[in-house]
Amino acid sequence: MNSLIKVEDVQKAFPSGDGETQIVKGVSFEIEEGEFVAIMGSSGSGKSTLMYILGLLDKPTFGKYYFEGLDTGELDDDKLAEFRSEKIGFIFQSYNLLERTTVMDNVLLPATYLINCDIKKAREKAEILLEKVGLSHRLEYNPNKLSGGEQQRVAIVRSLINSPKLILADEPTGNLDSKSGKEIMGILQDLNNEGATIIMVTHEQQTAECAKRILTIKDGLILEDKKNGHRRLASNGDYNK
Amino acid sequence: MNAKFTISFAWKNIIANKRRSFLTMLGMIIGVGSVIAIMAIGAGAESYVFSQLEVFGGNLVGVTPGASEEDGPPASVFGVVITTLTYDDTKEIGKIPHIMAVTPYVNGNMKVSYRDKVKNTDFSGVTSDFLEVENSKVALGRFILKDDNDSVVRNAVLGSGIAKDLFEEEDPLGKKIKIGQESFTVVGVLTEKGSSILSNQDDQIYVPVLTAQKILLGIEHISLIRAKIDEEKNISQVISVMNDILRNQHGLKSGMNDDFSVRSMSQALDIIGTVTGAISLFLGAIAAISLLVGGVGIMNIMLVAVTERTREIGLRKALGAKRKDIVSQFLVEAVMLTFVGGVVGIIGGSIFSYIVSIVVSYFGYRWDLIITMNSILISVSVATVIGLVFGIYPAYKAAKLNAIESLRYE
Repeated sequence: MNSLIKVEDVQKAFPSGDGETQIVKGVSFEIEEGEFVAIMGSSGSGKSTLMYILGLLDKPTFGKYYFEGLDTGELDDDKLAEFRSEKIGFIFQSYNLLERTTVMDNVLLPATYLINCDIKKAREKAEILLEKVGLSHRLEYNPNKLSGGEQQRVAIVRSLINSPKLILADEPTGNLDSKSGKEIMGILQDLNNEGATIIMVTHEQQTAECAKRILTIKDGLILEDKKNGHRRLASNGDYNK
Repeated sequence: MNAKFTISFAWKNIIANKRRSFLTMLGMIIGVGSVIAIMAIGAGAESYVFSQLEVFGGNLVGVTPGASEEDGPPASVFGVVITTLTYDDTKEIGKIPHIMAVTPYVNGNMKVSYRDKVKNTDFSGVTSDFLEVENSKVALGRFILKDDNDSVVRNAVLGSGIAKDLFEEEDPLGKKIKIGQESFTVVGVLTEKGSSILSNQDDQIYVPVLTAQKILLGIEHISLIRAKIDEEKNISQVISVMNDILRNQHGLKSGMNDDFSVRSMSQALDIIGTVTGAISLFLGAIAAISLLVGGVGIMNIMLVAVTERTREIGLRKALGAKRKDIVSQFLVEAVMLTFVGGVVGIIGGSIFSYIVSIVVSYFGYRWDLIITMNSILISVSVATVIGLVFGIYPAYKAAKLNAIESLRYE
């Protein structure tokens, strides 16, 4: 299998006071299509910064990041934006749905940024996906009428609307109760089973164990990179063990 | 980004903050509304003035004593009486081809009485051509006879208003009235003409010109000559002949300035049009200042919106929005605010103009409601441009935001 992303000695430093603070101190790894990787670490470990780099929202200060073999360091802002809309789906801890905008329009938002967007097609796809996550009766609701779990399901559908190569989930269960969290992880695992590549950032061991592979980050370095032998399957009910 | 979505998102944001959007638009509404109203009222006033002047008919040429003063008001404004124009001049002018009718005017104001009724009244000394020059008609009796033009006869023709004031229901024909201390016989009454901004002809008394000069005023000069010309195309030719004849009559050698001035009615209309246009423009400029203030208000509120929606901007960027997408989103919103404000302003301004026209008509003036396509187009485009100009800074500010910091913004 080809590697979807390849990270080579990526470092990221932020200016602070007189000098700069190194947040990511040189990490290298590859992720192949169809993987479900959890990037685990406590807060301040550099996992969020790494995720922003992987999501092409930030550029490393050193090192290379290849996406489908392409050196992303050579893309300008507009190309990066294009790349994000076509290739990457984002899921955030706080859902980040637009208020006063219907579920359907929220889902369609990334499609509107595609260069050749076919809104009619996107709408059909959105209907199918929303039905799949059990929200087909909420198409015209505004997000504030939905529960947290429902909102996150909308956000997942939104991340899928442009059929991205990679789904980036930032603490997707962080704001949810355990029942909703379990549902969300179940959906992500189903997506992965259907072939989606998922990178999930989390600080919870239990959530990370839903992934097939766990990258543990500490102080800006990879502490451990292992296959997850005892994978929790949300659908089997062993999520809360 | 898909244009339909950009517009629908902008509209949603405006609707979501109804009160704020309305208050923001208020500057535009007032600005555009006053521009529309001022232009409509200006056009209405102009049309009113023109309609008053056209009562005389368009092909009129007037001669006034004194040099034409292009640089300032004529000397008569300051009370200087210029005596260069005479009845003889009128007669000479009457010989020019294409002139259908010509009458001199001498004006005065005296106490006019019939039995115990006394009224301070304007009178004019004119000739028989007056009727044709002024498009006036006789209701009762007759006007000054051609045969009386060159004689001093004590005949008077009354305007409809003064006839009513003096005689009420009584038949005025053949009755004796007194103008000052002099006795006159009423020979006719004119039809009602309505008041005009120039004078109220219905409240005037008309007597033969020589009678007015010799008996009432004791002067040799006249104050105005008006001539009616057959066709508009002949006006300029007639004016130039008039100039020659008058210079000759007044013995002016070449190099000496005219001691009279000749103006056609269309020139007068042009001057009035220029004046009313300048006034409208001046008032419009003041109204435009409120548009500017409205624009600043819109910029202010858009800056607030950018701060409020920082997270949304971060999200949109993460989901693939380019800078230009963010710029156009906020720009569309600003322009939509000004555009909608402009449209509401046009409606409000039109309603106000309509009310003005009703009120003015109520007071008896013929007032047209004129809202030109021009004023609407100008207002809408100015409003749109203001949206663009004052929306661009907040929009760029939004586009420059860092996606990650914006996503983390609380």
